[in-house]
Parts: sequence; structure tokens; C-alpha cells
Amino acid sequence: MDKKLVSFIVAGDPNPEATLKFMKALSKHSDIIELGIPFSDPMADGETIQMADIRALNNGMKVSKVFDIIREFRKYSNTPIVVMTYYNPVFNMGLERFLKELKESGGNGLIVVDLPVEDSEEYLSLCKKYGINTIFLAAPNTSEDRIKRIDNASSMFVYLVSLYGTTGVRREISNLAIDFLKRTKKLCKNPVYVGFGISEKEHAKRFIENGADGVVVGSAYVKIIEEYGDSEETAKKLEEKAMELKEGILEGSK
Amino acid sequence: MEMRFGKYGGQYVPEVLIPSLKELEKAYKEYKDDPEFKEELDYYLKNYAGRETPLYFAENLTKKIGGAKIYLKREDLLLGGAHKINNSIGQALLAKKMGKTRLIAETGAGEHGLSSAMVGALFKMKTRIYMGAIDVERQKLNVYKMKLHGAEVYPVESGSKTLKDAINEALRDWVETFEDTYYLIGSVVGPYPYPSIVRDFQSVIGKEAKKQILDIEGKLPECIVACVGGGSNSIGIFNEFKNYKEVKLIGVEAAGEGLDTEKHAAALLKGKEGILHGMLSYFLQDEDGQIRPTHSISAGLDYPGVGPEHAYLKDMGAVEYVGITDEEALNAFLELSKTEGIIPALESSHALAHAMKIAKEMDSDEIIIVNLSGRGDKDLDTVMNYVKF
Repeated sequence: MDKKLVSFIVAGDPNPEATLKFMKALSKHSDIIELGIPFSDPMADGETIQMADIRALNNGMKVSKVFDIIREFRKYSNTPIVVMTYYNPVFNMGLERFLKELKESGGNGLIVVDLPVEDSEEYLSLCKKYGINTIFLAAPNTSEDRIKRIDNASSMFVYLVSLYGTTGVRREISNLAIDFLKRTKKLCKNPVYVGFGISEKEHAKRFIENGADGVVVGSAYVKIIEEYGDSEETAKKLEEKAMELKEGILEGSK
Repeated sequence: MEMRFGKYGGQYVPEVLIPSLKELEKAYKEYKDDPEFKEELDYYLKNYAGRETPLYFAENLTKKIGGAKIYLKREDLLLGGAHKINNSIGQALLAKKMGKTRLIAETGAGEHGLSSAMVGALFKMKTRIYMGAIDVERQKLNVYKMKLHGAEVYPVESGSKTLKDAINEALRDWVETFEDTYYLIGSVVGPYPYPSIVRDFQSVIGKEAKKQILDIEGKLPECIVACVGGGSNSIGIFNEFKNYKEVKLIGVEAAGEGLDTEKHAAALLKGKEGILHGMLSYFLQDEDGQIRPTHSISAGLDYPGVGPEHAYLKDMGAVEYVGITDEEALNAFLELSKTEGIIPALESSHALAHAMKIAKEMDSDEIIIVNLSGRGDKDLDTVMNYVKF
């Protein structure tokens, strides 16, 4: 099976029109677009994504506009879209209404960072009802039993956090990350995608070589948006970054 | 120990923190009833922190107001000047048992940061305190004290730069450092098992108060009043009394500039159910589920959420929750300073203000206990802006 590139940006950073433009650029080389719902208190995120959340919220981003962006994107592309969020915006809207709107807008999957598998019974049954794929995160210190539970609860892929820490660009990949990837691969029936700290072609290549089914990249793109703002330059650089990462994936797949 | 209080509480955290919380739960269950651990805890509470604290009959204040007898549970007399030390000693001992060598803590008013810095020095643990940049500015004295004890104070510049952001940053630290680091949460908030652990360590307040009032008055009080930010001093005193229906429990939230304005921190009175900092509870938030900025004259109450057990006690009708404005709290601060020669913390002044309101309506043989959770020295900079001599 082809190895995947998942490209993450924050919805509404710096505004919804720009996000749509960036999604189109990224989708040229990405297999899945991951769209983050900005949150006032993103405790699992490093500084880069925190700042993106603030830019989006300060410019009036709303949950309902995330669905608008997806709806608009669907006019141009069939690239699958996964939404990443903290639980509170979903809880606040009502889980069922959120899932219904996500499905109707054309979204395909959902990651709720701070919803543990133990509390996901209702969540899983409603995701199933509305045809939304589920993705749960696993970390390097997750026990084997839990990895199996996480795998069972996931229907699209298992998102493997490659390090102890928050999101953000890191220079190197640790051997711990590779060991953990190998362990997780053995335990999961779902594809295993690796994320957190991946920003370069070589990172992507190394994870794919060691058995990852895909890589998730976020902060590397968000840094480009931070630097170049709402411009054609940004779209071009995002496209180049996605191309570079996809090359890494292809090289790693050989 | 309870994972949830009714539907509230839980463990809403990123996956990487789950093993650390399980480790903490296991350790706490192992030690909480261990005679040696309890003996050690009692030793430090007595000889280091200064327990037991007096239950003081505020006779001048009672006479001036007319009505119920007002007693003050003097947590302000503890080392550091607040009830926070009860919990910090307990958790730091637990951290030591777990083999951790580093402490991190969040703080708003600086009281929990200070008590964490103190136990860090006492137990020779490297300590870092996360504190919102705005709070660093308005609580300079406490910041200085923390540094005296050898702690590193990390000003948090993200978000609203107050307590909630300090918690976010402490959690981000913990995600990376849990192997050698203990996160010493200062209130009955956060993911399970923290709300239970902090309640247990603070429940010494209520245990003492019950024994003391029975010794002095030969009966239980009609009413107990305590302020509620995250809710640790109030849970600490309520816990011992919650099974006595004849004792009315009142939690006082910060009504800031008024409950009908945007500038308050009354999560239970004006918030709605939500999920933040690992718990399902009440939070002040906008229509989109974004957490709202809060306001209170007292940094210790300036938090958009509240501990999950309070949410449950509110739903059950077991505790009455009310609001006191900045102005009312300030007046109570001045009143106690003048009539009793005791300077209360602005947080505790909220509880005092409400007690002064209701004492008038009560009979002279009735009793109110106010949990005087801290002393007001730390607040003098703030108060000087309002009151000139």
C-alpha cells in the first residue's frame, strides 16, 4: 500500500480564505489534509501551533467556519480531510451535531487530542453512525494493552506520537521513536502514521524506511504561514514543502 | 478514590500523560493509608507548617455586625501564609516516595508557587514554578520569595497570561519530563486523581475545625463559608461537614465587577459544562467553546474553571454558591484589618464578606465559621491602589 503524507494546518490561520488556498496547494502532494480547529488553550501544542491558534481566533475564526472551509474545498478536491480538535469545542456544540455537520460538509475523519479511549464509547458509536473515521493517538510510553485498545478504537489510522513533548519542529529523530514505531506496528491492524517533530525529507524517509505507513507534518507548514502570511508566496512554499516530504516518503518506500 | 464526581472529573488528557497519571494513582493508593507516610506528613504539618491552626472567635467583628458568632479558621497563620502548604507537603512527600527528583507547579496568586518552592527547598528537589506573566507582575513579593527558596519562576506569556495559561505550560513541561518530574497541582482541579489527592491533603482543615468548634461551643456550626477559585480551601473545610445536613455550606466565587458584566471569575454561577485541564466541569467560555478571560481583584480566584467535585456538589444542592464583588471583598479586607488586627488575603476576604452579609440575619446563638485561607500581606500592592492614607 502506498505510504501517505498527512499535512496539517490550523483552520483560519490567518483567515478562512487563506486556509482554503493553502489546502489546495498542499493537496497537490498530500494524501490527507488535517485541519486543526483553533482553541484558546491548546495544551498539547508547542509554540508554533499555539501562535497559529491565536492568529486564527483573533481574526474571528469559528467552528462553523471550519465546516464552511471544508465544504468549499470539496468543490475542488476529493483529498480526504481529517479534523483535529480539543474536546471542548466539540462538547460545547454537542457531539452529535458536530459529527453531523462534519460529515455533511465533506469531512472524513476526526482526532480529539484530549479524549482518552476509556471515555470514547458514545463517541465511537456516534462516529460510526455518521460515517466519520476515528483516529486515536498513541505515545512512546503507551502500554501494549492500551495500544491494542487504541487500535481497536481507530478506524482510519493510529497516530503515533514520536516523542515525549508537544508539537513542534525538532532537528533529529530519536532512536526511541524508531523502536516505538516498530513495537506499535507489530500490535496494530490499522496503518500507523507517525507525527510530532517531523519537518524534513530525511525525517519522513527514516520513519517510512522503518515501517511507518505515513507521516504527519504540521509545525513545518505553520512556520511558513507564520513567516509569509496570507500570500501567494506562502502557498508556493507550502506546496514545495509538501513535495519535499512526499519525496522523502517515496525514497523511504523503495 | 473516585474517577468522577457524578459525571464530572475524568481524565481528559493527551495520551502521553495517561501512564503518568496511572503511576500517580498507584503510588497514592499505596501510601495514603500507610502509617509511616501519615506519620511523616503529620510531623511536617505540625513542626514545619505550624498545624494545628487556631479557630478564633472574632468577637469584635461579631459585636460590630450583630447576629451570628463569626469564627475564623486561621489558615493564614501557616508557614507561607496560606492553606496551600497542607497540600504541597503531602504531594512533595508522595513525589519523594515515587523517586521523583524535580517538582513543577503552577500558581496564580503565588501562594501555591511559594508553598511548592518551600517544600522544594525542604526536600531538596529542583523546582520550577509556572506563573502567568500578568500574575508575576501583580504578585512581585511572592515571586521574590520563591526565588529566595531557590525555585525558578517561569513567566508564562501565552494566552491570557494568568493561572489557566500557567497550568497549560506546566502540562507541556510534564509531557516531556514526567520520568523524573512530579507535577504538584495546587488545587482540586486537573485530571483524576489530582482532585481527590488535593482534597484529601486539604481535608485536615475541616477535621480540625470540627473538633475545635465542638470543644469550644459544644455543637456544630450553622454555617461554613469559604471562597472558591479552583476550590481547594473550600473542599478542605467542607469535606468533614458534608454529611451533616444541619451545617449549611456556602462557597463564594469571585463576582469581580459584577455577575452581570463580563469581568468576573464565577465559573459555577455563570459558566457552563466543558472540558479543560483534564476535567469535565464548569467553565467560563464563549458560544464557540473557547475559554473566556476572567477577572478578579484576587489573583487566586482568577480562574475560568472550578474543581469537578464542586460542580457535583452544586448539582446535588449540597453546597450553596454565591458571588462577592471586588468592592465587597475589599471592604471586608479593610473591616477585618481594622476590627480584629488581622489582614486577610483578598481571596479569603470574599468568604468573609459573605459571612458579614448573612451574620446580620442570623441569631446570636448561631455560629458561622469562615475559612480564613490566607493572609493579605501579598495583596498590599493591590489594596494600596484603592485605599490611600
